[in-house]
Amino acid sequence: MFDSLSERLGGIFDRLRGRGALTEIDVRAAMREVRVALLEADVALPVVKDFIEAATQRAIGAEVIKSVTPGQQVVKIVNDCLVELLSGGEDVPPLKINVTPPAVIMMVGLQGSGKTTSTAKLASWLGTRERKKVLMASLDVARPAAQEQLRVLGEQTEIATLPIIPGQTPVQIAERARQSARLQGFDVVLLDTAGRLGVDEALMAEMAAIAGATNPDEILLVVDSLTGQDAVNVAAAFKARVALTGVILTRMDGDARGGAALSMRSVTGTPIRFAGTGEKLDALEAFDANRVAGRILGMGDIVGLVEKAAANFEAEQAEKMAEKLAKGQFDMDDLRQQLGQMKKMGGLSGLAAMMPGMGAAKKAMDSGAINPKLLDRMEAIILSMTAKERAKPEILTAKRKIRIANGSGTTVQDVNKVLKMHQEMANAMKRLKKMGGIKGMMKMLSGMGGAPGPEGGAPGGDPGGAIDMGALGRMFGRPGMGNLPPGFNKFGRK
Amino acid sequence: MSWFGRLTEGLSKSTKKLANNITGLATGTLPLDEERLDAIEEGLIAADLGPRVAARIRERLADQKYAKGIDDDGVRAVVADEVAQILAPVARPLAIIRKPQVILVVGVNGSGKTTTIAKLARLFKADGKQVMLAAGDTFRAAAIAQLKIWADRVGVPIVAGDQGGDAASLAFDAVKRAMDEGIDVLIIDTAGRLQNKTGLMDELAKVKRVIGKLDPAAPHDVLLVLDATTGQNALNQIEVFGQVAGVTGLVMTKLDGSARGGMLVAAAEKFGLPIHAIGVGEGMDDLQPFTPQDFAAALVGTA
Ligand SMILES: Nc1nc2c(ncn2[C@@H]2O[C@H](COP(=O)(O)OP(=O)(O)OP(=O)(O)O)[C@@H](O)[C@H]2O)c(=O)[nH]1
Ligand SMILES: [Mg+2]
Repeated sequence: MFDSLSERLGGIFDRLRGRGALTEIDVRAAMREVRVALLEADVALPVVKDFIEAATQRAIGAEVIKSVTPGQQVVKIVNDCLVELLSGGEDVPPLKINVTPPAVIMMVGLQGSGKTTSTAKLASWLGTRERKKVLMASLDVARPAAQEQLRVLGEQTEIATLPIIPGQTPVQIAERARQSARLQGFDVVLLDTAGRLGVDEALMAEMAAIAGATNPDEILLVVDSLTGQDAVNVAAAFKARVALTGVILTRMDGDARGGAALSMRSVTGTPIRFAGTGEKLDALEAFDANRVAGRILGMGDIVGLVEKAAANFEAEQAEKMAEKLAKGQFDMDDLRQQLGQMKKMGGLSGLAAMMPGMGAAKKAMDSGAINPKLLDRMEAIILSMTAKERAKPEILTAKRKIRIANGSGTTVQDVNKVLKMHQEMANAMKRLKKMGGIKGMMKMLSGMGGAPGPEGGAPGGDPGGAIDMGALGRMFGRPGMGNLPPGFNKFGRK
Repeated sequence: MSWFGRLTEGLSKSTKKLANNITGLATGTLPLDEERLDAIEEGLIAADLGPRVAARIRERLADQKYAKGIDDDGVRAVVADEVAQILAPVARPLAIIRKPQVILVVGVNGSGKTTTIAKLARLFKADGKQVMLAAGDTFRAAAIAQLKIWADRVGVPIVAGDQGGDAASLAFDAVKRAMDEGIDVLIIDTAGRLQNKTGLMDELAKVKRVIGKLDPAAPHDVLLVLDATTGQNALNQIEVFGQVAGVTGLVMTKLDGSARGGMLVAAAEKFGLPIHAIGVGEGMDDLQPFTPQDFAAALVGTA
């Protein structure tokens, strides 16, 4: 089904192959196909509409990387948008379990969504990973043997369950659970509630009453990842009655495309905390936005292809540069090109991000340690040089520097910093060349099963080896500066 | 109250939304233009018919010329009619014509298998049949206890073993007992399983095979229970459970919620499997026959 999406995207863009930036018409044509893909993945229609509009705005004007078709580029941008939305950014707070005990976690959701199993999994996770003393209580007096089910799961996971007292109402059980937890020194009490429909007024009111009586620290909506368009109704209905704090997506081990994740994230506005990935009681994982985005879009191969193309392109450029360098030709124009690539790193994660030090640079930029305006300022300095000066920076006299500083609205000190950076980068490039070039390095990195962390290579490192991580780390690294690229330490925020 | 009554009562909100989607753009009698066709298509998508089926229905409507124009109610009626026509050939109640008639109930986790079994038992018993249940979910915690409680409430005998036991041999024993005891209908519960778990699906195939040793025609029915809140994956479920367990008919549950169950329309076109009944609540009386007109009407909001 999705081969045909790639094919159709290819068809639309065949005539456009190789053109520069994405135009609005191109993007909208591609987005029509993306829309169908999202709907087939069960993303709810209103969410699809909003999402497509936002992604369209982002895609218009974006550069198409060499050797990639515009359609593929659009897919990559859509994927990035999906990941961003699903992950909810950096500021997802941790589960509120470190409050004055007992922390109360309430599980809510439709019938058959997987609440009871998820309750046992979460309890077990809290017990083993967070070393919490956990109590579980089933408030499900509706489904036959539901309380018994949780009791058995408690035995299997060695998590305490509240003794069953027949005839109590859900609110009474919840209050008893909280009280027992307090008296018996439990850190966390998990309340497993009965499944209910958003349109069932009586049961929705009961749920609100339970929340009112126990004042939970977390209210997690448990949602089946097989859910279709109804996801928006469910999310809205539960959100309207209790203060949801997160979502657990169950049955992610199934083969559904899982569009409900996007619907839930958009409508509840709360983070997706966990994914249930099996019937076993340890099959609970932290939610992985990347993986789920790939699954919803069903275009993982294309996303990977664009990423690789971007990396290759950058590698080619770097290789060319290294060659120039070997002949002593790394000039100011080359430095400017490097800066341009760094600016692009916001949108692309190619080789640059993989290179030791560059990842840190990007992180530093993102975190504001390096002002992105700085790159503009550096570019302005280079642009204020004459062509001759850019090709041969060594001719820059004090007088010329003053002119450049004035022309770029900076100071001579800043100009000197750019020159120094150029020098250090040139040196680094020379060393890289000696070690087998960028491609050699990339091969080695992929051989190691991925890029090293932004912290760069291992400290020390044995000398003499053709390529050793320690040398790479030293090459790009700067102690105390989170391994920024050469010369960058001088531009840290003052 | 009929399920249709419940549906329209409980769902006025989401139904209205859908109705607004499908029409609500215009008052009065107007041509069925692109904008209204768009709205129809979106309404169908929002009801889980899937983008392709929705586009096909839209095209069919666009082909019919409404030269004199058509008002909102007219549009809804036309769409409902189109949907009902697709569903009409698959609306078939479950007939009891064997003795014992062995019914195997399958589906993904939590779709409503066990509850549906209680409802069916209730229905057949009210029809004067001797009904027996078999607790074939030997995997999930308290699944046996759950079915026992239902058997008790309905007032029918149950064959049950221990949790962790072999489902196939339990099913075998149950069929044997049903034959010996002159039972009319034996309904066998199974553990929920996702259709992409080949190991679990193989087990299901084994249950079916073992039953066939006693009566080559058994199980006479293999019911796949689908949850109405499920999206396009339902089609996948029908396909794989069909291949592995030879599904003979469908039951859709949870139609008392806000989900519309539109993938049944796509399923009817693609597989043509009979739809026997629908679940509209958690009680044992909450089972209704499947009627295409009512289903289509609820789907497009002509209530
Ligand atoms: N509202 C509503 N709830 C239903 C319906 N059918 C089943 N349920 C509920 O859905 C939940 C799961 O039902 P079960 O019958 O236990 O489902 P199952 O398929 O046997 O589940 P497993 O054996 O765990 O795979 C229970 O809470 C039922 O009460 C229905 O038609 N409407
Ligand atoms: Mg069951």
